[in-house]
Amino acid sequence: MMLSVRSVKQFIVKGLSQIIVLILLIYLVFPFIWLLSISFKSTPEIVTGGLQIIPKNFYFDHYRSIINDSNLIQSVLNSLQVSILSMTITLLIALPAAYSLVRYKTKIKNAVLGWILASQIFPAILIIIPLYMVLRYLHLTDSILGLTMVYVVWELPFVLWMLYGYIKNIPLELEEAAFIDGATKLQYVYRILFPVILPAIGATAIFAFIISWNEFLFALVLMKNPENITLPVQLSRFTGMEGQARIGLLAAASCLATIPSLVLFTFLIKGFKSGLSSGSVKF
Amino acid sequence: MNQHSLKKSQEFSQLKILLPILIPIILFSLLPLGRGIYLGFTDYTLGSSIKFNGFENYFQLFKDHYFWKSFQVGIVWTIAVSLGQLILGMVLALLLHSRIKFFSIYSVLIVIPWAMPPIIRGIVWRQIYDPDSGILNSVLMHLNMIAHPINWLSSFEHVIPAVIVAGIWGGVPQTTIFLLAGLKSISSDIYDAAKIDGAGLWAEFSRITLPLLKPTLAAVICLNILWNFNSFGLVYVLTQGGPGGMTRLPMLAAYEEAFRYGYVGYAAAIGNVMIIFLSIILYFYLRIQFKEQVK
Repeated sequence: MMLSVRSVKQFIVKGLSQIIVLILLIYLVFPFIWLLSISFKSTPEIVTGGLQIIPKNFYFDHYRSIINDSNLIQSVLNSLQVSILSMTITLLIALPAAYSLVRYKTKIKNAVLGWILASQIFPAILIIIPLYMVLRYLHLTDSILGLTMVYVVWELPFVLWMLYGYIKNIPLELEEAAFIDGATKLQYVYRILFPVILPAIGATAIFAFIISWNEFLFALVLMKNPENITLPVQLSRFTGMEGQARIGLLAAASCLATIPSLVLFTFLIKGFKSGLSSGSVKF
Repeated sequence: MNQHSLKKSQEFSQLKILLPILIPIILFSLLPLGRGIYLGFTDYTLGSSIKFNGFENYFQLFKDHYFWKSFQVGIVWTIAVSLGQLILGMVLALLLHSRIKFFSIYSVLIVIPWAMPPIIRGIVWRQIYDPDSGILNSVLMHLNMIAHPINWLSSFEHVIPAVIVAGIWGGVPQTTIFLLAGLKSISSDIYDAAKIDGAGLWAEFSRITLPLLKPTLAAVICLNILWNFNSFGLVYVLTQGGPGGMTRLPMLAAYEEAFRYGYVGYAAAIGNVMIIFLSIILYFYLRIQFKEQVK
């Protein structure tokens, strides 16, 4: 069989593509593998260093001590609570809002879209102390509910912007049919629009969850009571004085903290492949 | 009903629907923000009373060597990290888009850094860079590329590249996914037509992909610049701004002023300068996007 120049060239391009992707993947994935690796090593083995990626003997004590560390468990529960609550509230209030932003072209619409854009340039440091004062006024300092509300507003720009993009692609006929059947606007939004764009809402929900699951600065400054702190803040406390002595535990906890987002992202990518998030990323 | 009152009634019914988002936005975003901007014109220190002092903070900032240094660090960091994220993200997005084998596995693997909270990103890289037990030194020594372990995060020479490599790493997934979404929205008919015309890979990229991807590219570049300039968690854990302020990003500088020394007014002034700087970036982005729409 003769190989044409064209197919040889194609073969080389394909091979080269795979090699480049693999090199980039090592850069992107290796740090997590290393984290996973240290989480299964005994402290002496970690401190000695070396090139061992798969531990000589798997050591599970770090994971065991997480279960016994009530502060850590509490912080995981706090993080879950704040993330799930803020995600739910954000989506519930953002859905009708995004719909109305698509349908009514008024001055308020422009103001809200302007806020979405501008909110990306506010350094958190500028908001954080006055925010503390507002929360104190509302008796919401150092409370899960207070942090939840802060995260709702922190997630809103992203969520509104994503939903706005999705709803814009929904044909007007759907809505007209609903109104002919006598539905009110809110009924339309929650009963008809919601199921129609459910996959898109799922994707948006995942982003909203991860934004608050990962957030650090607000949680660091606003939550003082050890019972209320979130996982990232709890983990950052381990990095201080105790340092290397507890690195195994820290690595194990970090791996666990990464899992929820990783699982959610896997779902997201599955959806992405079927094309639901191919909406534009323009404002 | 005339045009004007129709508009008014539309505005009113929209206001009703928007109320649930407007109240939290006003309470937890606009109000604190306005107050924060105002604090930048006061001498407020934690625990004392607030006194308006005009532009005093800015005269001081102007003379403050540490402030200039942190802004300079911030700009170097932002340019290097955003550029790295853009190049690597673009390469990955293009390759993943080209009907590569194992696409599903790759696309799940590349989001791993994104799934890690910034704090954990810092923890991991600190471990990689650790002078005694870090894998980077082990590998380099094993390959005989260095004779002695390097203390990556406390040497003046190495700390900036080290922090930048970690910074790029954290943002590549996001950039790739956004660009991939942009690539997907380009109709494949255009490429088929180009193939018939015998266009090579480079011609395809420079004449079709790049121009059609421009709106997405502009959005991604702009957002990356804003986010990187405002970033905090990763560097806070990696170096806390050290050694000797070499990696003290503006956010870290402001955080220190406010929470270490209690100079809230001064920290807010730093925040205000950051807003002005980022507004300029945003302005250029909007101009590009606007021109695109006019076309």
